[in-house]
Amino acid sequence: MTSTLTPRRAPRPPRGRPLLRTSYAQDMGLLNTPAKRSSTALVILAAFTVPFFVTDDLLLIFTLGLIASVGAIGLNLVTGYAGQVSLGHAFFLGIGAYTGAVLGGDPEGSVTGYGLPMWIWLPAAGVVAAVAGLIVGPVAVRLRGLYLAIVTLGLVFLGEHIFREARTFTGGPGVGRRGPDLELFGVDFAQAGTLFGLGLSRDQQQYLLALVFLIVFAFLGRNIARSGVGRAFSAVRDRDVAAAVIGVNLTVYKVMAFAMSSFFAGVAGALYYAVVGVFEPGAFGLLLSIQYLAMVLIGGVATISGSIMGALFITSLPRIAQEIAHLFPVISTSTAGGGIINVFQFEAILYGLLIIGFLIFEPRGLFGIWMRIRNYWKGWPFSY
Amino acid sequence: MTESILEVTDVELSFAGVKALGGVSFDIRGHELFAIIGPNGAGKTSIFNVLSGVYRPQVGEVRFAGESILGVAPHRIAERGLARTFQNIELFENLDVVDNLMLGRHHHLGYGWPSAVAWLGKARRAEVANRRRVEEIIDFLEIESYRHLPVGMLPYGVQKRIELGRALAMEPRLLLLDEPVAGMNGEETEDMARFILDIRDELQIPMILVEHDMGLVMDLADRVMAMDFGVPITIGSPHEVQNHPDVVRAYLGTVDDAATDVIEEVSSR
Repeated sequence: MTSTLTPRRAPRPPRGRPLLRTSYAQDMGLLNTPAKRSSTALVILAAFTVPFFVTDDLLLIFTLGLIASVGAIGLNLVTGYAGQVSLGHAFFLGIGAYTGAVLGGDPEGSVTGYGLPMWIWLPAAGVVAAVAGLIVGPVAVRLRGLYLAIVTLGLVFLGEHIFREARTFTGGPGVGRRGPDLELFGVDFAQAGTLFGLGLSRDQQQYLLALVFLIVFAFLGRNIARSGVGRAFSAVRDRDVAAAVIGVNLTVYKVMAFAMSSFFAGVAGALYYAVVGVFEPGAFGLLLSIQYLAMVLIGGVATISGSIMGALFITSLPRIAQEIAHLFPVISTSTAGGGIINVFQFEAILYGLLIIGFLIFEPRGLFGIWMRIRNYWKGWPFSY
Repeated sequence: MTESILEVTDVELSFAGVKALGGVSFDIRGHELFAIIGPNGAGKTSIFNVLSGVYRPQVGEVRFAGESILGVAPHRIAERGLARTFQNIELFENLDVVDNLMLGRHHHLGYGWPSAVAWLGKARRAEVANRRRVEEIIDFLEIESYRHLPVGMLPYGVQKRIELGRALAMEPRLLLLDEPVAGMNGEETEDMARFILDIRDELQIPMILVEHDMGLVMDLADRVMAMDFGVPITIGSPHEVQNHPDVVRAYLGTVDDAATDVIEEVSSR
């Protein structure tokens, strides 16, 4: 009925009135203002040129940040949008990482590996993690708030134990195993090569790959958020009784939130440790979950762009701490001593301060700061 | 007579010894406006919670559109066409007005998560079509200027109106209004009364109204049920009910001429 009424593409706003809406499709578009369109294009363009200006060691941090963004978007779906506090994200990252490593790993190594191509192991990592999420999801139907947080916390310990004991898959603690090979469409991203006629280093290639994946997953995340599914998540978060009474099936959407979140986590886990190389079961402890929660909190709860900002920031934090340590001799750059505190202690303190600071002063995170800047310039030179 | 959309028969509800409802029976005829009145704690909101599936009564039967809805999950009852508003506003305050109303249309969307994730043609078309219906309701309730504001920021009277809009967006076959004008000023009350009349006469949606504003109830309602301590005292026209001696006793304790005068005066306002 409506398909005949709705043109396939929304008509463009009339000339000179870019903010005038002439159809609902325009208003509901992903980038519904010219400013959003041009700034997004600019950011993506800038992101693609970054590897040609930045040294390789910094680039690796950015690559990991981009991949962590995928995981952070996942956590934001379940915790930010659907309001189900999950401390278990490390478990799902681990499931994804090991699924990817086992399926894509070297068949002749000391640990299990099937040497499957990336287009199999990467989606599989997401799917296996999503299935794990499906199993955990029903618990969330019975519990909420702190109780759910405690249950998901248990999940992390459970996961860590399994990863430690399943030596044939994980290599065990202190030994670890290699991640899968990053090889897609015949391009080996794990070593220097040429891409589109450009001679690129290993780090440059991996950065570009991670960027493309992030763009895809950020787009998927935004689609979830703006569709009926995302609205139902928010309804469950804000008022679950009212949500049920207006027709939202609480069980289905809570479980769906966990499954979707875990899919993102699984993909992120597999990609992350493919770039890192060797990893061991200790990586998937509570600290990792906390790091991802920090990404969501500092970046901005229930925002996709905030998740990306938060992930990039938290991943660069060790480097930032190091740079600060070089400036102040009070902070020693190694555990050997010399200053009052060493750089690792300083990093931990910085973490705590940032989380507390953001929760008190900017609960909407980096995204909130960005909104303030934007609103200031929107009205400039007036205050409102 | 046409088949009634809702039949409630001998419903009893208790919470560990406290009897909230003790044998409530009534039905809704045509597209009438049925009001439930009674002092605080009379069980008015409990009836709503039974009807929308939040509480399950121990005894009795509730038939909505010819089918029993006892033990049916709240979201299923909503899908069958029962919508309600809440006494204390239960909007999704972090979402804007459009999103709140779109949530009212949740079961009309008709696309699943796969097309939502990919934002395929189906999801986009459904969103635009449902947005059009939502805009009709925004137009009906005259809340155009608040469209893209988070509802948590809006004034109380407007929030009440948006909650009514969210219920209307569900395209209900029966609408439950829990104190729609509580805490509103005179002007806001008049606006709300006009919307309620328009819903009955233009949209022809039957309604059950719980309200303490006796002036509004007596002016608007087709039939009134008075309750006290979980038991219906009487059902009848507004005039019959407000002159019923038991109703006066429930509100004022004893019946004497002075009290009747007060009731008359209050209700004629």
